[in-house]
Amino acid sequence: MIRRFFSKIKFDKLVTHSVLIFVSLLSVFPFIWLISTSLKGGGENIFAYPPTIIPKDFTWANYTGVWSKVDFIGYFVNSMIVAGGTVFLNLILSAMAGYPLARMQFRGKNLAFFSILATIMIPFQAIMLPVYLITLKLHLVDNYGSIAGFVGLIMPFAVSAFGIFLMRQAFLGIPKEMEEAAIVDGCNVWQLFVKVLLPMVKPSLAVLAIFTFIGSWGEFLWPSIVLTKESMYTLPVGVNNLQGMFSSNWRFIAAGSILSTIPILIFFLAMQKYFISGENDGAVKG
Amino acid sequence: MFKYYGKYIPYLFLLPAAVILLVFFFIPFFQTVYLSFFDYSSSIYAPSLSGLDNYIKLFHSPIFYKVMWNTFLYLFIAVPILAVVPLFIAILINQKIRGVTLYKILIYLPVIVSIVVAAIAFKWLYADQGILNFIVTKLGFAPVGWLTDPNWALLSVIIVTIWKGIGYYMIIYLAALMSVPKELYEACDIDGAGFLRKHLTVTVPHIMPTIALVTTISAISAMKVFAEIYVMTKGGPLNSSKTIVYYIYERAFENLDLGYASAMAVVLLVIVMIFSLINIFCFERKKYNL
Repeated sequence: MIRRFFSKIKFDKLVTHSVLIFVSLLSVFPFIWLISTSLKGGGENIFAYPPTIIPKDFTWANYTGVWSKVDFIGYFVNSMIVAGGTVFLNLILSAMAGYPLARMQFRGKNLAFFSILATIMIPFQAIMLPVYLITLKLHLVDNYGSIAGFVGLIMPFAVSAFGIFLMRQAFLGIPKEMEEAAIVDGCNVWQLFVKVLLPMVKPSLAVLAIFTFIGSWGEFLWPSIVLTKESMYTLPVGVNNLQGMFSSNWRFIAAGSILSTIPILIFFLAMQKYFISGENDGAVKG
Repeated sequence: MFKYYGKYIPYLFLLPAAVILLVFFFIPFFQTVYLSFFDYSSSIYAPSLSGLDNYIKLFHSPIFYKVMWNTFLYLFIAVPILAVVPLFIAILINQKIRGVTLYKILIYLPVIVSIVVAAIAFKWLYADQGILNFIVTKLGFAPVGWLTDPNWALLSVIIVTIWKGIGYYMIIYLAALMSVPKELYEACDIDGAGFLRKHLTVTVPHIMPTIALVTTISAISAMKVFAEIYVMTKGGPLNSSKTIVYYIYERAFENLDLGYASAMAVVLLVIVMIFSLINIFCFERKKYNL
């Protein structure tokens, strides 16, 4: 009886691990195959049957080659500017908007609340055309200079209902006594907000920053609509462009794709607890 | 206490966000509806008011029906899989086993990698003489034109969306699984219930709200797919992998048929709004304190 019990447990664990290893492999295999291709030299047929995962004609040449032809540093800097600016504005604007919704009484509060809630229902994809026309009217495209171009990339995503509600929730969790004490000490509203309340909602600000960063970093649709100059390309747009540049040179396309993934991979591994802990469930998805 | 804030302070705090939302959400929203009543097809510089013509044209267009059919096919294939498979994986991970963090990281990896890179990686797997066709021929089948055969292209693109979503929904399910009382599982073990029975009778009823939530979120994101299609197939061959957002993009930014594209955008708006309303009022009430 006891023996059967143990053998059953072991079997269950074995099955569990096998399934999880299989799923993990499926998750990473497309990247492994891409890496494998990126490391194969000209002497090796990348279409060989049977395919070989370990390169026979190992080389870094595809990486140095694609690096010398494509301005990855430029794409990276552009992506950093856009993601950084988007995160910065989201933190400030969401915190500022979330605070009165959590703490103050004023006329039109319900209207403000439901208007913001309504934006959740409006997918960007359905309104992208007028957003583009407005951005053009405001001269926020790269024809008017790179600063205008960056501002145009950032502004439509400078604040989101998700962020506002996240911050509102965070402010709701702060005891009222904190505010009263600060007021008694002679703070004005702005000081109270910046010096007392913002430090207390740091955990929520961190969550908002990380998820906004990931969203902005991966954004593809909007930059591919507005950008006209290659020098303004963000990483996703630049990587998509590799396909046109090296039409059938899959070694270069693979090397370029892998190169472009390194920054976000480092970011993910450094911040993994925010993503996989499950405490921030239902956070934004692109 | 509230007196302290003064009359205008709340509005000043809301103002910056309000301006952004007004300029980049509300005005474009109404402009989309407005533009859909204009005819741009003869000239982009001289649109003419055409009433409901764009909608009439839309509902007489075989391509539009094809695109809507593709979009709903996307939904009907991707959503059930994304509601069930991540739950299964989450249940497996939610045990006292070794390597949980590593599994989570690996399975979550596709979520954080750029959709463009993911699409390129799959395009390479799907190549005519690629590794997938090697497996297929090894198994004794004829090679498949994954992205070039109209019968397969849509399915090939859907697979990428599913692959990229599994980790995301798995994490949502893992959070929900934490709330299931352990005693119930112990009771099941004593009764000698097997894996399937245990989870069908305890887990699933307990996390039903999360299953419903995942269903609506994944339905909304399936309605919005764009990058996968743009990078891999451009909607082809023969419109076989074209879904609504890609078609709107094509009509608006390539054909400059702003009115027609806007009419389609209104259709998209209506569908997504219905899903979102269900989502907000049925499953996410708590999040917004409604």
